[in-house]
Amino acid sequence: MSNDSLDPRVNRLKLGEAGEVVKVEEGENWNIYEVFHQEKRGAHHEHVGCVHAPDPQLALVFAKEQFARRKKCVNLWVVKSADILAFDVEDEDMFANNLEKTYRDASGFKVMEKINKFKQSK
Amino acid sequence: MYGGGYIFDEPNKKQLREEQQHDEPEKLAAFEERIAKGEKIEPGDWMPVEYRRQLIRLIEQHAHSEIIGALPEGTWITRAPGFKRKLALIAKVQDEIGHGQLLYNAAETLGKSREAMINDLLSGKSKYSNVFNYPAETWADVAVIGFLIDAAAIVNQVANAKGSYGPYCRALERICYEESFHLKQGHDAFIELATGTPAQKAMLQDALNRWWQPIMHFFGPPDKASSHSEKLMQWKVKMASNDDMRNQFLDSYVPKIWELGMTLPDPALKKNAETGKWEYTDPDWEEFFRVINGGGPCNAERLQVRKWAEEQGRWVRKALMKPTEKRALPVA
Repeated sequence: MSNDSLDPRVNRLKLGEAGEVVKVEEGENWNIYEVFHQEKRGAHHEHVGCVHAPDPQLALVFAKEQFARRKKCVNLWVVKSADILAFDVEDEDMFANNLEKTYRDASGFKVMEKINKFKQSK
Repeated sequence: MYGGGYIFDEPNKKQLREEQQHDEPEKLAAFEERIAKGEKIEPGDWMPVEYRRQLIRLIEQHAHSEIIGALPEGTWITRAPGFKRKLALIAKVQDEIGHGQLLYNAAETLGKSREAMINDLLSGKSKYSNVFNYPAETWADVAVIGFLIDAAAIVNQVANAKGSYGPYCRALERICYEESFHLKQGHDAFIELATGTPAQKAMLQDALNRWWQPIMHFFGPPDKASSHSEKLMQWKVKMASNDDMRNQFLDSYVPKIWELGMTLPDPALKKNAETGKWEYTDPDWEEFFRVINGGGPCNAERLQVRKWAEEQGRWVRKALMKPTEKRALPVA
């Protein structure tokens, strides 16, 4: 079957049969890298998404194209997704705040009360 | 930009219903409570089998739609009238491919590799938005696509961005930001033709007449004909009904078409002043299913172009492959 496209550019490709099987191999789309974006000098690098790339250098090139083509950006980091170590989300409860930890907090120290008490006692 | 309201369902529901029964009731209750509270679900979270399956289906088809949607527009880059239109179209087409990649990554966090998704697209197992099975015959078609198809997609995507799955919401936030440029440049090209010479107006009217039915199809079959969307609504996978989204689209964009003196090929189209809802002639839904199942004017061509691209690019990808390297799915 010849391809009768309305599009002359498509016709020039001389495409094959519609029924032909084309299969992409697992791994053919390379590895996955997480991308971190720094919006301005002095800001943190923030995670913005990921790219598929064969190596870190190309991951940076693709990340620039994908995540820095419009808004402000001064720097990008990439790191292989497989190298990210994270807590299991099911263990989220270990981050629950203990209300008795006020000794770690500015609010846990009532200096004015003590100063006022001292001043009144004079 | 091109997530249609209609998500093609694979015909294997029975088997998955059985798997669904393995979901532990306590975990399911905690999961549903979390969603009801408005919290997001993240990749490592426990989730029902059916939730994962439906999300993969939704996000994957959205990704395919971005990639296939760039084809009818991409071939118009060389023929775009003028330098500014050409630059804008190049930028838009690049955005669409970028959106495809963002969405493939979001779907990959659920466990299906990008290669597997591409294979399902190429084999015809996985679908994409039906509007791209129609040809872009003239430059006016590109204006209609950029204005109205992008507008319809925005209605759908703004709704989905409030859904329950974190990675999909984050991708959509970025996508919606870029879509607003697509819509604006499409509207600009549309206005230029609508306010131009008689030949330009006639070309635009012809494109509108041909695209109106695919646009009415875009949000999917009427609510009365849709099944199994209640659970998807509760899980915040589907955020609005097909008819509600269609009505929202008509409400925002029909006046913008009429104010330029253009007409739409449906004499019954009008807003009911009492109900606030739009009334219209039901589009031909048999035609919709015939086209989705391969019978449209461009189904074969779209897949052939994708296969051609995979075949031509293969030697580059293979030359750079590192099969022994440690791999993992995206973390977020």
